[in-house]
Amino acid sequence: MSASTNSQSRADLAISVRGLTKSYDGRVVVNGVDLDVAQGEIFALLGPNGAGKTTFVEILEGYRRRDSGEVKVLHTDPDTLTRTDHIWRTRIGIVLQSTEDGQDLTVKETVHHFAHYYPNARNPDEVIELVGLTEQANNRARNLSGGQRRRLDVALGIIGNPEILFLDEPTTGFDPQARRSFWELIRNLRAAGTTILLTTHYLDEAEALADRVGVIVAGSIIEIATPATLGGRNTAQAVISWIWNGEMKELATDNPTSDVLKIAEQCGGEIPELRITRPSLEDIYLKMISREETHA
Amino acid sequence: MHKVGVIRLGILRGGLEFKQFLRQKEVVFFSLLFPVMLLFIFGTIFSKNLTPGVSFAQYFIAGMIASGLVNTGFQNLAILIPMERDFGTLKRLRGTPLSPISYFIGKAIVVALSLVLQVILLVAIGWAFFHLHMPHSPALWLRFFAILVLGSICSTVLGIAISALPKSGRGASAVISPIVIILQFFSGVFFVFTQLPHWMQQVASLFPLRWLTEGMRSVFLPDSFKSQELTHSWEVGKMFAVLGAWAIVGTILAVRSFKWSEE
Repeated sequence: MSASTNSQSRADLAISVRGLTKSYDGRVVVNGVDLDVAQGEIFALLGPNGAGKTTFVEILEGYRRRDSGEVKVLHTDPDTLTRTDHIWRTRIGIVLQSTEDGQDLTVKETVHHFAHYYPNARNPDEVIELVGLTEQANNRARNLSGGQRRRLDVALGIIGNPEILFLDEPTTGFDPQARRSFWELIRNLRAAGTTILLTTHYLDEAEALADRVGVIVAGSIIEIATPATLGGRNTAQAVISWIWNGEMKELATDNPTSDVLKIAEQCGGEIPELRITRPSLEDIYLKMISREETHA
Repeated sequence: MHKVGVIRLGILRGGLEFKQFLRQKEVVFFSLLFPVMLLFIFGTIFSKNLTPGVSFAQYFIAGMIASGLVNTGFQNLAILIPMERDFGTLKRLRGTPLSPISYFIGKAIVVALSLVLQVILLVAIGWAFFHLHMPHSPALWLRFFAILVLGSICSTVLGIAISALPKSGRGASAVISPIVIILQFFSGVFFVFTQLPHWMQQVASLFPLRWLTEGMRSVFLPDSFKSQELTHSWEVGKMFAVLGAWAIVGTILAVRSFKWSEE
């Protein structure tokens, strides 16, 4: 790649990471990670607990310093920020893992207060509406449920109208309905041009939201793909299962349609307990990480 | 960010944090009423006058107001800031454009407001129950307010500075409370300073509390009492010099040592 095309493509990147490495006490937590996230993209980072997701994201957020590698977030190296460099912080929004601060303040007081920190803040009451806390606006944080508390965290992450939003396991503790409305909120933010980097344990969440997913195991990204193609999912064999002579039969095949027709012929019409399945994102993901972990 | 913005946000934070403080009923109760209870206990035990017209409460209230300065600022912040680190408050703030200076200003405002409440309460109780005499000249009132302002600045910055030491909120209380209590004994809050052993006086003289206490005595006791001080004077100039020096050293330490989070 020539230097000019390189800088051309880099200009559209919200996040650009090369060879990022971080260890604690000689234990490597992030091991040579490369990652590009385009502006307006939703990128989901998947990985088991302790894989280095949070450390990686916190380096991008400017909370931790890396040992080596290159990091640019909105064309700025988070490690070169000084205490007085507020401009970059006005452009990013952060939703950390669960917090317990401001327990004695109401939703309304907290969101309105944080709006003062940002030059282009959104309307606080609209943000409260957006995260679905209007009814709880006058409740103190300590009286919110886990999911409501999390939505308050999200409200504080987006109040500044950020160009990049970092979400660390945002929907932990949500009921299914709250998760659906949260996903809707994230899609609306993307539609408005916000870049989103999300870590999650929920494969359905990654599938519903992400343009691309990255799987991180033991500090390394082992694959980056769209949810539909991760781990060769799109080309994986379908599995046909049915009952024949009281026995469960299974057939892995690349041509499920013609094979089903053959089986139907054998059965003389209806196939007992016929099922055709393709691997879910979760199947693929679990296979990938178990393979990696046995390697390691 | 604009300088005005930094100060404005500091004031907004101070208001918000004071609101939080007032909503924590048990914290309000113990931090404000504990000194009042001490005043009652000591005022009742030592009920005879030091000299005609000067009660022990008159002597003791000087120490209690000086202690109030240490408690509302130094002790509270040294415990509260590590707790805020535990709760994720500081981490969240660090992820925003808020300047640490605004955070400091917010803390100073909370300290000042709770100090005002504390002083009003102590003086009102002393006046109502223990015949406390108020400072009798405008010059003394001026000195009184000057000590309060300089003392609370000192106390705030030193509280922020020391908050970097404890690893957790829980540990902070165990570390800080004994330090403050020992300092109170050494500085003549509970006993007449000049009757303490010489080495205790010397140790105490290194720290602000002893000077705050003596400064408050100069405000609340008749001028004749200065003959009982170590140098037979109130040492007002020296007091302001020591407090000023601590305020400067404390500010430098606070800015250098303050940590948003433990990495």
